[in-house]
Amino acid sequence: MKAFETFETPAAARVNYINAQYGLKSWLLTKDHKRIALLYLGSISFFFMVGGVYAMLIRLELLTPQGDLLSSATYNKVFTQHGIIMIFFFLIPSIPATLGNFLVPMMIGAKDLAFPRINLLSWYIYLLGGIITIYALLAGGVDTGWTFYVPYSTTFSNSYVIAAGLGIFISGFSSILTGLNFIVTIHTMRAPGMTWFRLPLFIWSHYATSLVMILGTPVVAITILLLAFERLSHVGIFDPANGGDPVLFQHLFWFYSHPAVYIMVLPSMGVVSELIANFSRKNIFGYRFVAFSSLAIAVFGFLVWGHHLFVASQSVYAGMIFSFLSFAVAIPSAIKVFNWTATLYKGSISYDTPMLYALGFIGLFTVGGMTGLFLASLAIDVHVSDTYFIVAHFHYIMVGGALFGYLGGLHYWWPKISGRMYPEGWGRFSALVIFVGFNLTFLPQFVAGYLGMPRRYHAYPPEFQVFNVLSSAGASILGFGLLIPAIYLVWSMRYGKHAEANPWHLPGLEWRTASPPPTENFLTTPVVTWEAYEFAPPEEMQVVGRMKDEKLEAPVS
Amino acid sequence: MQTSWIPFIPESASTVSGKVDALYFYLSGVTVFFTLLISGVLIFFVIKYRRRTAFEIPRPIAGSHKLETLWSVIPFIIAMSMFAWGAQVYFENSRPPKNANEVYVVGKQWMWKIQHSTGQREINELHVPVGRKIKLIMTSEDTIHDFFIPAFRIKADVLPGKYTTQWFEATKPGTYHLFCAEYCGMNHSGMIGSVIVMQPADFDNWLSGNASQQSPAVAGQQLFQSLGCVSCHGANGEGGRGPGLVGLFGSKVFLTNNQTLTADEAYIRESIENPSAKVVTGFSPIMPTFQGQVTPEQLIQIMSYIKSLQATGTPATAAPTTKAAATPAVATATPQLNRK
Repeated sequence: MKAFETFETPAAARVNYINAQYGLKSWLLTKDHKRIALLYLGSISFFFMVGGVYAMLIRLELLTPQGDLLSSATYNKVFTQHGIIMIFFFLIPSIPATLGNFLVPMMIGAKDLAFPRINLLSWYIYLLGGIITIYALLAGGVDTGWTFYVPYSTTFSNSYVIAAGLGIFISGFSSILTGLNFIVTIHTMRAPGMTWFRLPLFIWSHYATSLVMILGTPVVAITILLLAFERLSHVGIFDPANGGDPVLFQHLFWFYSHPAVYIMVLPSMGVVSELIANFSRKNIFGYRFVAFSSLAIAVFGFLVWGHHLFVASQSVYAGMIFSFLSFAVAIPSAIKVFNWTATLYKGSISYDTPMLYALGFIGLFTVGGMTGLFLASLAIDVHVSDTYFIVAHFHYIMVGGALFGYLGGLHYWWPKISGRMYPEGWGRFSALVIFVGFNLTFLPQFVAGYLGMPRRYHAYPPEFQVFNVLSSAGASILGFGLLIPAIYLVWSMRYGKHAEANPWHLPGLEWRTASPPPTENFLTTPVVTWEAYEFAPPEEMQVVGRMKDEKLEAPVS
Repeated sequence: MQTSWIPFIPESASTVSGKVDALYFYLSGVTVFFTLLISGVLIFFVIKYRRRTAFEIPRPIAGSHKLETLWSVIPFIIAMSMFAWGAQVYFENSRPPKNANEVYVVGKQWMWKIQHSTGQREINELHVPVGRKIKLIMTSEDTIHDFFIPAFRIKADVLPGKYTTQWFEATKPGTYHLFCAEYCGMNHSGMIGSVIVMQPADFDNWLSGNASQQSPAVAGQQLFQSLGCVSCHGANGEGGRGPGLVGLFGSKVFLTNNQTLTADEAYIRESIENPSAKVVTGFSPIMPTFQGQVTPEQLIQIMSYIKSLQATGTPATAAPTTKAAATPAVATATPQLNRK
């Protein structure tokens, strides 16, 4: 049996990236990818809470069929702002900018990203976009829907469309820069011996995500710019009253925004690949298929935007082509699901919190993906598009998929990030609560949708009330469930048990250095001589340089 | 296909709704099957291969090309069957039949204006006979709307500056929801109505008008008298304590808050239901609200009477030609007001 290699010395365990320097300035001017990841973590958590408050307002309003809690104008702003904040300021940066930022260099054995200053710049750009968007919300809000459909947004809306658009436009550059940084880093900064097929699948999925980020984001930036231009000077690009074409906007918008779905879910798939392999101590079944399916999703994802326009006066034949391609893009996702499941076969599966999230992800993503087929199918889409069926479908992908992956990853790497353990019991309990609350919130919406309840309705016919009451009940459970990790993760930063370098006893490079890692990640450049997910017996997986007062503990079983 | 016994399925009332439901059942079946399969296998593995000792290391398994092929090809075949079936149902219904009755639909914030080819107008209601093919020719006066009838499983966007069509053949008399399914601004969820499917004989009765056989404008003129509008707006709408109404429709109106707008249906409707919202320069807000006192139908009648009061003085009572009705009043409804 090969000796377990480690690249860290005892002295390093005492100085880490968190205590290396103190003071606000040392954080705001840091070039350390790990500190930047924490800056992102703080800011996206803030935006997640803002978006969550809007979600709660929506669910409260929809408890009764009448529009009684909020006025129609306010309700429209609330669902618009829920979408804008959650998509552009939480989901898109969530995994790449926090976990990706922290882990891409560590998992490939690099000291930092290729462009540390650009990395810091990306956070400031994100923040500027966020502040402008918050200004738009405080100044009076925006009511166009997160989709900004014209000519409503160019001509009819009285709200702060340009300010919100500007915020999104600016924050888009932060994702372009992050994507660029990842691609260059993965190409040029892999440690000796870290060949492409030894890369953890988290890296593959981030590579695919980065491609979408740099190719797609400029398109939405241009689209928003044209929209603002038209709103200001009525040039007639989109508004038919000025000779424009409103459907053109939808094509441009979805050319980015459909691939953006993959920006949100691909990193999550990367996290789940890590969790499934590591918590079953098995190498990923069909590694190359999983790796290449990420790239396939990234590429095919650009060819299916037209399925958002099946009822928007698109030609019948275009509809059929986009329908075909949308069914085709489902296959790489199916391959992933089958491979994850097969990975568990004859594994050694533990039930730690991250694994519960990963298993939840597979189940919910399966439902989300399969219901996507309903929308790819032309005849059904005609009936269910713009109804709650769609709302349910994309929440299964974005909450059941992206958010579950994010929470699973956050728990999994929390010991590495914070140097502390989170309370495992509370972790499992909250994962369960979140799973139950999520399903209760969104399963009834599939039914309400097929029965014909349109989305973005402030008031609705009373026969849909029962589904909305279930949904709102589920949302309160979900909200309660999400509060638990928010509390105990913050709590654990001060009171949690100190984490060892390798608390899960895993072979990945990030576990072969101290928790939290030193600023330069590895004191000597690692040389990789093993394949991805090559598990050694756990007693060998102790890092040599753990702190003296820490005892070797039996792994969690 | 008889589906009324199945829960969670909306009423099925058109020739296409059964076909869509059949496809929906197929996809639901496949979804439930795969969800149960995946979660079943997942739960089975998670229990069977749970970690028993802290130090066990399972034997690595690289993968299997056979299995990869199997679970790529089978989902692909299933996906293609869904694609083909869905595309076929969609394609069959994408072309309206040649012999369909045409109905014109104009969407505007936040109402549906409908006119039958015989000239009959309706607002937020669509009366159709059972067993006849109806083709909707739709456009919008302002932003994008979407004409959605869940019971018929049909929906299509209604766009400004463009005509879209969809068609259906109702199979069951009854009253069904009509929704605007494309978000269109403040009162989007109020842009709803009903589709009333009648037996052909009842429909023909309805089409030939109410017992009085009055045109809406004439009925409106009577309401104008009986509701007491004449006391302020003049016996023939020439004005008095209230602003004159002759030639009002489509003209520019100056308001006390220094705004200017073009008098369109929405403005007239608002001025009847909520008179103090927009008061014409030189007049006081003395008019009482008529909200709840006039039915939507009466409102249309009053509106058509006001529209008929053109400067020539002769009320135009003839039903407008279908062509005119189909042309959206984009010019008159230019929403300059909404711009900031």
